[in-house]
Amino acid sequence: MTCLPKDPTDKKLGLVIDLDICVGCHACAVNCKEWNTAGKSAPLTDYDPYGKKPDGVWFNRIHTYETDDGQGNGTTVHFPRSCLHCEDAPCVTVCPTGASYKRTEDGIVLVNEDICIGCKLCSWACPYGAREYDEAEGVMKKCTLCVDKIYNENLPESSRVPACVSTCPAGARSFGDLGDPDSEVSKLVAARGGIELMPEQGTKPVNRYLPPRPRKKGEEGKAPRMLNHSDDSADGAGLIARWVDKILS
Amino acid sequence: MHPAKSVIFFTTASGAGYGLMVWLALLAALGLVPADQAFGIVGFGLAFALIVGGLLSSTFHLGHPERAWRAFSQWRSSWLSREGVAAVVAFLPLGLFALCWVVMGENRGNAALIGLIGAAMSLLTIFTTSMIYAQLKTIPAWHNGWTVAGYLVLGPMNGALIALLLAQAFGYADAAQLLHRLAVALLVAGLAIKLFYWLRIHGGRVTSTAGTATGLGHLGKVTMSASPHDTDNYLLREMGFRVARKHAAKLRPIAIVAGFIIPFLLLVLTHHAGLGEGGILLALALAWLSCQIGLYVERWLFFAEAKHAVTLYYGEQAI
Ligand code: SF4
Ligand code: SF4
Ligand code: SF4
Repeated sequence: MTCLPKDPTDKKLGLVIDLDICVGCHACAVNCKEWNTAGKSAPLTDYDPYGKKPDGVWFNRIHTYETDDGQGNGTTVHFPRSCLHCEDAPCVTVCPTGASYKRTEDGIVLVNEDICIGCKLCSWACPYGAREYDEAEGVMKKCTLCVDKIYNENLPESSRVPACVSTCPAGARSFGDLGDPDSEVSKLVAARGGIELMPEQGTKPVNRYLPPRPRKKGEEGKAPRMLNHSDDSADGAGLIARWVDKILS
Repeated sequence: MHPAKSVIFFTTASGAGYGLMVWLALLAALGLVPADQAFGIVGFGLAFALIVGGLLSSTFHLGHPERAWRAFSQWRSSWLSREGVAAVVAFLPLGLFALCWVVMGENRGNAALIGLIGAAMSLLTIFTTSMIYAQLKTIPAWHNGWTVAGYLVLGPMNGALIALLLAQAFGYADAAQLLHRLAVALLVAGLAIKLFYWLRIHGGRVTSTAGTATGLGHLGKVTMSASPHDTDNYLLREMGFRVARKHAAKLRPIAIVAGFIIPFLLLVLTHHAGLGEGGILLALALAWLSCQIGLYVERWLFFAEAKHAVTLYYGEQAI
């Protein structure tokens, strides 16, 4: 059923991505591909993988942006982009077949590939580019929030987090219940002023992004212990150095 | 948005087919055309060919056309599903109407009533098609009333030109006169709607920006300095279509002239220039052909000019 759940539980599983920490290494994207190409949505098809124009299905893509305030202050921000498991997910309601659905119990948005007709309308409805069509299989695929990992009882409890979260070497990604105000992720969002992407699109995303912390300006913002390379006076140097300086200058 | 040929053909062809049905029902209800079997065969034949051809071509772009029947299930939430249901339901009255007219030689009374129900269902189907596009907030160029108005007027406009040609060819002067007026009025209305549509989408209105897409807007202008991938992916092929925007300025006048102005002038010509019967038919046929070409260009632009929110992640500044 592509109507959104009528009585959703309070549970809203999702990711919190810290833009201040992400170093843009693409490890999460690679591990996402690795896990999911053997998981629920397998395979994540690649077209022309060794050719001139490699391309394929990925659930997580890492962009890099630069900002410029016009006064000489710029920032470089690495920006992972994946499904935000929206509360008012337009990708779900537009689906004509019921293949696209939002789970009542935890809010995860999934595609039932067995009934998807590959009309692609859901990918048109998603503002965030989170849905990728598998041209080889003729069905739509998307981030599963690693539903086959986070509930997987064959894995040790500490491994039951999404692949992108467990692999991030910088610790920029957190996973948890954003519907519970006392969860670690909710506290993190509150402490850092986590934001929704494109709130004006009315999708009510669950995932949150933590904006880069403000840069320090002026003296405070300088790196500590700057060497003054323009100092060429010989004052304070040893006797021989001063003597050489005198002869040469 | 990528202008898929199958979808362009589908929306223009089925729009014309449903439009033609509307006018066949109206002519019957007003008693302007008797249940002439030959007229019926040609009229319904054309209308059904356009509708069915359009619907079939719309399944070509599906990844799994054999599962298309599943698309009837989600009418409660999905406009695409509603379109499928409306299209199938419309076949009932339209098919019955065609049977009454062609086989039973009856197009007044109850037959006309069934025809009018079919006409209403035809308009409803066009409306559901327009809502598939108009519902998408991600594409502000489509997410407005002009999209709906455009579909609701351009289909019947195209259909009126076909119906007019038929009425003229079969020598139903009263019907031809009414259709002539309708077609002229719809050409004017259609052009006005498209002009307002273009004014709106090029009017500088902004829904989302690279700043809101990344949440970095408070830091200044946001530009992408590294893409996640260096070849085009599905998102860029489907939604990042840019080619047309370069040519849009040239194509818009072509759509306007071929789609509206030439048919309008030809229609005026048939009334005033004292053309013979053959001349009038030729002029009407050319009017329809020109309109058809213009509408293909219009529909191509409808897709190609529409910017999708996801492009904000790939270097577009505002949509
Ligand atoms: S991010 Fe896109 S695909 Fe994911 S739930 Fe939201 S609208 Fe749907
Ligand atoms: S592509 Fe599949 S999941 Fe997406 S809207 Fe169409 S049928 Fe539903
Ligand atoms: S949650 Fe899983 S599927 Fe989603 S981006 Fe992370 S690794 Fe990929």
